[in-house]
Amino acid sequence: MKKTLLTLIAMAALSTTALGADIKPALVYGTGGKFDKSFNEAAFHGAEQYKKETGTDFRDFEPTSDTQGEQAIRNFASKGFNPVVAVSFAWTSAMEKVAAEFPDTKFVIVDSVVKLPNVRSVVFKEEEGSYLVGVMAGMASKSGKVGFIGGMDIPLIRKFACGYAQGAKAANAKITVLQNMTGTTGAAWNDPVRGGELTKNQIDQGADVVYAAAGATGLGVLQTAADNKKLSIGVDSNQNHLHPGSVLTSMVKRVDLAVYNAYKDTAGGKFTGGIQVNGVKEDGVAYALDDNNAKLVTPEMKAAVEKAKADIVSGAVKVHDYMSDNTCPM
Amino acid sequence: MSTASVPLPNWITYGLMPLLNLLVAFLISGLVVWWIGENPVEALKLLIEGALGRGDAIGFTLFYTTSFIFTGLSVAVAFHAGLFNIGAEGQAYIGGLGAALVALTLDRYVPWYVTMPFAVIGAAIFGAAWAFIPAWLQAKRGSHVVITTIMFNFIGAALMVYLLVNVFIVPGKMAPETRTFLPGGQLPKLDWLMAWFGLKLGPAPFNVSFLIALVMCFLVWLLIWRSKLGYEMRTLGISPSAAVYAGIPYARTVIIAMLISGGLAGMMALNPVMGASARLQVEFVGGAGFVGIAVSLMGRSHPVGIILAALLFGILYQGGADLSFEMPNITREMIVVIQGLVILFAGALEYMFRPTMVHLYQRFKRA
Repeated sequence: MKKTLLTLIAMAALSTTALGADIKPALVYGTGGKFDKSFNEAAFHGAEQYKKETGTDFRDFEPTSDTQGEQAIRNFASKGFNPVVAVSFAWTSAMEKVAAEFPDTKFVIVDSVVKLPNVRSVVFKEEEGSYLVGVMAGMASKSGKVGFIGGMDIPLIRKFACGYAQGAKAANAKITVLQNMTGTTGAAWNDPVRGGELTKNQIDQGADVVYAAAGATGLGVLQTAADNKKLSIGVDSNQNHLHPGSVLTSMVKRVDLAVYNAYKDTAGGKFTGGIQVNGVKEDGVAYALDDNNAKLVTPEMKAAVEKAKADIVSGAVKVHDYMSDNTCPM
Repeated sequence: MSTASVPLPNWITYGLMPLLNLLVAFLISGLVVWWIGENPVEALKLLIEGALGRGDAIGFTLFYTTSFIFTGLSVAVAFHAGLFNIGAEGQAYIGGLGAALVALTLDRYVPWYVTMPFAVIGAAIFGAAWAFIPAWLQAKRGSHVVITTIMFNFIGAALMVYLLVNVFIVPGKMAPETRTFLPGGQLPKLDWLMAWFGLKLGPAPFNVSFLIALVMCFLVWLLIWRSKLGYEMRTLGISPSAAVYAGIPYARTVIIAMLISGGLAGMMALNPVMGASARLQVEFVGGAGFVGIAVSLMGRSHPVGIILAALLFGILYQGGADLSFEMPNITREMIVVIQGLVILFAGALEYMFRPTMVHLYQRFKRA
């Protein structure tokens, strides 16, 4: 009896490892909320993509506060979910705590670094992607003034701004880059009205291309730019389709790929911890080109941005990372 | 016939009516839950279990409760003096700066029980300082405290982000937050208190600041109902002109009431900053200041009522999060709807059932 039981357990253990695909994936969003058409939604699409391909359903949660984020990550881990992916740097300390409590669970954090063996930290070189769209903005601008609207005033967003400014200057040395941050509270990620007002203000100052790195606030930026027949640049997800003919391009950050890969690697037993840096070279950040903006991107612009891309990959152009020393040379 | 002046026994006013209001709020929430296609009974069960079902759940509930007691007391003290302090959010945020500065300075040298009193004082002084300017403007210039305290919430948020992003941030870190406090700057968890009841606290950050909150409840009761200053504040709250006529100094009383209110709000920071995350983070208050308004309103500005109302909101916060975790159909927006309904019925519509109650009571007494 005991022996059969043991055999059964052994078989069960074997079959799960053999099948491998039996994972229970979980996803914890940032406080901006799931459907922000930007960062969090990209993560959602990554998980959806995996679900479509494998039929494995996932569970997700939208925390409203830091304490809730930690609870959610811990809840998922304690209920046997694996891997647990948390997008947003806000969950750094939560992840540090919870990942140490559940050493057998695989964790992934996006936009931050947690140094534990069972955690994969996925970070992006937003400055490189922003540089590329900055080059395009610099070339598309007729007034010699381009704008940037950030969400909350934190180092991460200054990193976007700094890369963008460097790109714009590379395309047009005399260009002026106007910069505004939406606010100083978390509400700044979800304030399309204020985003619109800031955009109007920048347009009044002469800006004719505005880049939004502000979560759902960016929707207001894109809308206002479209209303005023100016150009805008989307962020994180490909937002070209929101206002065809007005969105010049989008700085795509492949958060979806980070989520998708986390699930796929865990299912295939190929999960690795450590830091994963995704730049232009790794296709982690890119500019978006599709039917919606094909008419806006001239051949010269395309050639210039492709050259910038090649230069970054080869190392000929090194985009300064704001967060390396908390200063921007621009 | 007006029924407002008909006296009702206390057990109806303070026991039955709040319960009835709560019941109606839950009934309507249940309808909403049913409407989106989930089982309301199941949802209520998940909510209660999520808030009170396990040791760690109770720990989280009491953790939220602690924050709400502080902010509820803060709003209540100002309210007794006829002032509507909407700035508890900002005062708590700045209070966190006071607590963090103390913790960052002392945590290397002394154990937590030495740091704690200084941190309490630091948090209270910073919170009070943030309430001082609106108080002064109200007292001396007549700028309405509702407007100025709201404005100060935003100024506080801007100041804190500036400090965290530019001054306190650990170089190379993504999140704008201070370094982690050493054990000397952390408030210990109350595992022993939970162990008395045979419960395991687990990872819940229920900590010593709960006890500080209870002490503050007692002190506020002492202040409002057993001190000369409290009498002056209450008089001012009922009728400013009568208070002035009776020789109560208006400006002084307003400013002191606001300072105490701000100090209590500031102390709320002890709970999340030193008791839970052991670091000063952006947005750590997370709306507790605004919940404090509802808590004070529901608790009839009395410490005992505030403890009960804070507990109710603690349950809604913790249980609500657990509910939306277990029932993905119930999104976090749904939880806000339920919380809103509770505030609506238990706070704003508190006297809705009073006329019916009076009729029933009178008929009952005649019979």
